[in-house]
Amino acid sequence: MRTLRSERLTVKAGDEVVGVRQCVRDFAIDARLSLVDQTKLVTAASELARNMVVYGGGGQVLVEHVEAEGRSEVRVTFEDHGPGIGDLAMALRDGFTTGGGLGLGLGGAKRLVQHFDIRSALGQGTMVVIARWK
Amino acid sequence: MSAGKGLPPVERIPILRMGRLLLVTIQVDMHDRLALTLQDDLTMRIVQDRAQGVLIDISALEIVDSFMGRTLGNIAGMARILDADTVVVGMRPAVAITLVELGLSLPGVRTALTVEKGMELLARPAEETADADAEE
Amino acid sequence: MESTKEDSIDGMVPAKPNARDYASSGAPSYDADPLEAGMAEQKPKIADIVRKNEKAILDEWLAQQSAVPGRRSDLMSKDELREESRSFLSVFIDALQQGSPSGDGQEWDEVRNVLTQLSRARATKGFTPSETATFVFSLKQPLFARLREANAHDPQGFAEESWAVGLLIDKLGLHTTESFQKTREEVIRRQQQDMMELSTPVVSLWQGIVALPIIGTLDSNRTQMVMETLLQRIVETEAAIAIIDITGVPTVDTLVAQHLLKAVAAARLMGADCIISGIRPQIAQTIVHLGVTLGEVITKATLADAFGLALSKTGRKVVRVASS
Repeated sequence: MRTLRSERLTVKAGDEVVGVRQCVRDFAIDARLSLVDQTKLVTAASELARNMVVYGGGGQVLVEHVEAEGRSEVRVTFEDHGPGIGDLAMALRDGFTTGGGLGLGLGGAKRLVQHFDIRSALGQGTMVVIARWK
Repeated sequence: MSAGKGLPPVERIPILRMGRLLLVTIQVDMHDRLALTLQDDLTMRIVQDRAQGVLIDISALEIVDSFMGRTLGNIAGMARILDADTVVVGMRPAVAITLVELGLSLPGVRTALTVEKGMELLARPAEETADADAEE
Repeated sequence: MESTKEDSIDGMVPAKPNARDYASSGAPSYDADPLEAGMAEQKPKIADIVRKNEKAILDEWLAQQSAVPGRRSDLMSKDELREESRSFLSVFIDALQQGSPSGDGQEWDEVRNVLTQLSRARATKGFTPSETATFVFSLKQPLFARLREANAHDPQGFAEESWAVGLLIDKLGLHTTESFQKTREEVIRRQQQDMMELSTPVVSLWQGIVALPIIGTLDSNRTQMVMETLLQRIVETEAAIAIIDITGVPTVDTLVAQHLLKAVAAARLMGADCIISGIRPQIAQTIVHLGVTLGEVITKATLADAFGLALSKTGRKVVRVASS
């Protein structure tokens, strides 16, 4: 696996989510993802970045363009040291919410990407990795 | 009006008036504060100009996430309370596909393909939008 | 090179200058792979031999490739083949120099990458997996020839070295085959994609009215395709109504219904209303039995009925002109 390009962003406020969108979009174009795939990945990244701000107290986003198994992949990692999620299965189900939002968060974002991995525990923060490839 | 202490003045999305219609063209990927400002501005202008319709042109938006979706829904909701109709026009195919995948159907928000069609829609009385409102 | 003695064949004479530890020492290390230990000593040798004879090996290798069936001169020119072989040999030698002759480790990443690219290119060009693997396997002969020369008086040495090189080439050859497979799978997937596109034509029935007849099953992949095609046409024709005809869809269960509703929702977001037509009696029964809800989507039994409804919804009606 080769990392062709990577960028790290710190996201602490809602206004910084747009920066994540622009960065992921840039990488997606570079990786030659189709327009629909670009849109899906950027939207998923936007959802997760905002989650990080709203529920995780902000955190770090790592955007990478990697070449793995002969395919061009954009990978985005979200890491926060917030309260964490106790019941992941519940959180991934559509309609789940603690923040009074639309309750679409994780389940929806998961449907938009080809790879989705989440690690979280109460009091231990959260890490989410998503990816789309050509 | 500036946003507050030490912050740069908030840019605003221009709102145009055409008769009893308010027309908003969103051309940038808005950051959160800007979206909230737009919500406030529109609500004020609907009252100020006694508008009967709001047309939001999102044909330049490449990304619409749940926050933006919620913003559009809020605008439509507030307009409704103030007795004005809202139509969102020009959604891009990739955006529509993504929103549907995300599970967002923008209830209470009428849509049209173009500004022209949107204005036609606003001229007609609200037909079967009751079903859209019935959805959660 | 080594000094030779007539009785060094069994390798048990400790006086030999290049005595291999594992053969002569009294206490071999049990956890070390004897081949590995021997090879660690050999490392400079194989790599140096190959590097010193690079040009000769390249020439012989090219001759081998042309001789073996699978040359496919119709798909690849002599010059292209030469260049490909030359550049592979170059990274191969580098890897041999820096890394372990086992072929493992990141020193060999570049070699693997080159092979992956090569396999992909050949898969796309139309080579078979064997023809592609021949590229790598035919390198054995020239390498063995050189090793035999270098180990002229040391059959044991030659046996060990050629075994090691054989394993290495086999490993690389297999890697080639795997990459080839993956590429073929991608090509097939893309072709399926193209077929799906062709099988979802969106027809413009009248100004502002489009129809999409779906033939075959509607899975999530197909739905993506359907949505993209449908929405694109809606934009192009500025359609206000989209008729989705499912006469050609064999079964409509909960999943298929969900997919249909997705497409309807997407079209609606773009300002077009949908009518679903082509509901066969069996389908209607299944829908009711399964408790599938199509929501407020208008449904019609036939495309004709749907078209009639679409016309009236867009403010038109069909009038019979009096025949003269």
